[in-house]
Amino acid sequence: MRPVRLPVATAIAAAAALTAVTGCTEKSDAKSGGNTVEVTATDDKCEVSKTKLSSGHVELAIENKGSKVTEVYLLFPDDRIVSERENIGPGTKQKLTAEVKSGSYQIACKPGMKGDGIRQKVTVSGGKAVKRDPRLDKAVADYRAYAQEQADATLPKVKLFTDAVREGDIEGAKKTYSNSRIGWERTEPVAESFGDIDPKVDLREDGLEEGQDLEKDWTGWHRLERALWKDKKIGEREKELATQLDKDLKDWQNRVGKAEITPTSMANGAKELLDEVATGKVTGEEERYSHTDLVDFKANVEGAEEAYGLLKAVASENDPALTKELDKQFAALDKLLDKYRQGGGKDSYTFTSYDKLDKADTKELADGVNALAEPLSKLAAAVVVKSK
Amino acid sequence: MAEITDDTGTAPVPDEADKGAGSGSPSRRSLLGWGGAGLALGAAVTGGAVAVARSGDDAVPAASAGGAVAFHGKHQAGIATAVQDRLHFAAFDVKTDDREQFVQLLKDWTKAAARMTAGHQVGEGAFGGLAEAPPDDTGEALGLKPSRLTLTIGFGPGLFEKFDLADRRPEALVDLPKFPGDNLDRSRSGGDLCVQACADDPQVAVHAIRNLARIGFGKVAVRWSQLGFGKTSSTTPGAQTPRNLFGFKDGTRNVSGEDASALAKHVWVGEKDGPGWMAGGSYLVARRIRMNVETWDRTPLGEQEDIFGRDKGEGAPVGRAKEHDEPFLKAMKPDSHVRLAHPDTNDGATILRRGYSFTDGTDGLGRLDAGLFFLAYQRDVRTGFIPVQRTLSRSDTLNEYIQHVGSAVFAIPPGVRGKDDWWGRALFG
Repeated sequence: MRPVRLPVATAIAAAAALTAVTGCTEKSDAKSGGNTVEVTATDDKCEVSKTKLSSGHVELAIENKGSKVTEVYLLFPDDRIVSERENIGPGTKQKLTAEVKSGSYQIACKPGMKGDGIRQKVTVSGGKAVKRDPRLDKAVADYRAYAQEQADATLPKVKLFTDAVREGDIEGAKKTYSNSRIGWERTEPVAESFGDIDPKVDLREDGLEEGQDLEKDWTGWHRLERALWKDKKIGEREKELATQLDKDLKDWQNRVGKAEITPTSMANGAKELLDEVATGKVTGEEERYSHTDLVDFKANVEGAEEAYGLLKAVASENDPALTKELDKQFAALDKLLDKYRQGGGKDSYTFTSYDKLDKADTKELADGVNALAEPLSKLAAAVVVKSK
Repeated sequence: MAEITDDTGTAPVPDEADKGAGSGSPSRRSLLGWGGAGLALGAAVTGGAVAVARSGDDAVPAASAGGAVAFHGKHQAGIATAVQDRLHFAAFDVKTDDREQFVQLLKDWTKAAARMTAGHQVGEGAFGGLAEAPPDDTGEALGLKPSRLTLTIGFGPGLFEKFDLADRRPEALVDLPKFPGDNLDRSRSGGDLCVQACADDPQVAVHAIRNLARIGFGKVAVRWSQLGFGKTSSTTPGAQTPRNLFGFKDGTRNVSGEDASALAKHVWVGEKDGPGWMAGGSYLVARRIRMNVETWDRTPLGEQEDIFGRDKGEGAPVGRAKEHDEPFLKAMKPDSHVRLAHPDTNDGATILRRGYSFTDGTDGLGRLDAGLFFLAYQRDVRTGFIPVQRTLSRSDTLNEYIQHVGSAVFAIPPGVRGKDDWWGRALFG
């Protein structure tokens, strides 16, 4: 929902996970020994102190001597990211560490953080390749399948909603609105990682930039939400927007399979879902006209729980206390949300209208979210760090 | 109301020995409780001086500490400690019913508090750790000195309902009665726990509460919190008396943090007071007192001075020349604040005040949302705050200009004695 670019954390985490490794710990500095490359970045150069490295732990000691903010990447030959460091200001030094197996790599500096960057080839040889825990590969595959299922199942539900809009059926559209969003809300970090779809389908009124026109430039669910609940009318523009929503979400469905997903991006994605709840849902800002925030809330928690469940086996070996706490807090938040289910069993997605909650209720929900999100922020580390 | 100004806490006239201590003699200083392990016990810092002593890894040489107040001691720091410039006070609700988990939280908090008060980062620090994980410390106090940070924990009445502790609730920890004029906001009142962070740098105080709240997520949740500036009372009689937002000197005759006998008589819970786990502790009353500064500022000077019973410039009691001259109560108007708050008017009731001014912006009507965040420590709430506030709430003319809008009361356990000790061990251990 927020029109955010691909989260930096996800990208960094993704890189580390590809190689299955500890990222940048102070402790690992000691081991790096001679496997350090000094990278001197300027506005038009990317100089490296050596181009041959031994496999295992490598460190890039970066100094930006240029005038622009830069970023430095360690890349596979096919441009997949091994590791990266963004926002290296002029005159500053940063370190980037990674675990690499033998093969060819590239180091890229991107002055101004734009373009393909200035590249240098490096070769890594010798040693044993670091192998990722096969359970993590399976977790990623399962999560990708989950994200795909959610997208596949969402499109027909969206069509029920958009059909109602096209027919000018306000009540029918209101009834199908929140249900059409559940699959999206469960897997939002995947969609957000594409960068361009999220602002088209899930932008809120206040997400528009200055100079953008509320009527012309605002598209997606929340624009229709406003028409249905606030303006209480469906015109030609709304019908166009319904068709546009179908199209944009079809694009999402087609691209889920290609999304960059790693164990750490799953873990941090789960945390981001809770962040969504903490910033947009507990305040009632997300669904300000329909007040169906609790449906999104529930879907966000379910999506986080799915990612967590897939990573749990590995995480519980590295940090059993953490997974115990997460189990407890997921259960507690689910139970809290159950209080607001309306009519029907535990599969019902009809929740109390958010404007009916009082301050004490929302405080309780906010406390529940904090209680879960804080330990959840430690899940990525528990997936990455290999236990001894 | 109350204790906006001095005199609620008039201490007995110091004897010669006390005077000696006040003038810098080390004899009465916090050396009182030096333990064998080299820990500073009873390290209520005196006279504004920075005294610090530590053992082991946390050792901070007093000379280079940049103002660290010893965390360990017979009493918690932050009560008799010379009042710092800034406050961040937070009240928490307990969210867990798992006693073991709560005890672990108290241990984790104690550890973090010991580190932060010494100017160290929490846990593994704010940087240099795993790139994939959020850092343990939030980082905004990096590079700042300890700034005399003190962290003081308190247990509210609600805590004793939880974890089957009802029979250990001190009798002196009473629920406050409703006082005339109270307009208490529930969301700014109460709490199962509190932490008072005082420091000379606001960022250091905020950092401390923020990190404790973070460690507590899932176990406790912040119920309300208050920032304060401009201490409105002093526990160091030698220093200049600060002024409250009404412009009057506040705390002229507060209990001195250097006066061990007054502290023992009025502030610290004695061995025989009961319950045993509270010995060396105290009781805290916190009140958020809104001050209507706009109407006050339109009040004639003479009336302002009559209301307080002191003059505005010097702070001298009515009919006297100097701030520290003994007040002659009968010369004051019968409904003047100082007269009503004075121990002689309240059967000797004496409390130690550590209040701060607050300004939380404006209230939407253009009025300054400002006042006094009143903090009073005492040996027994029943003989401390309650009688004083009863008198004040009935008759004080200052009540036209103030309103009590938040209220809480806490049992303040004794100090953490050493490395293996933790906040609340005497109660939970």
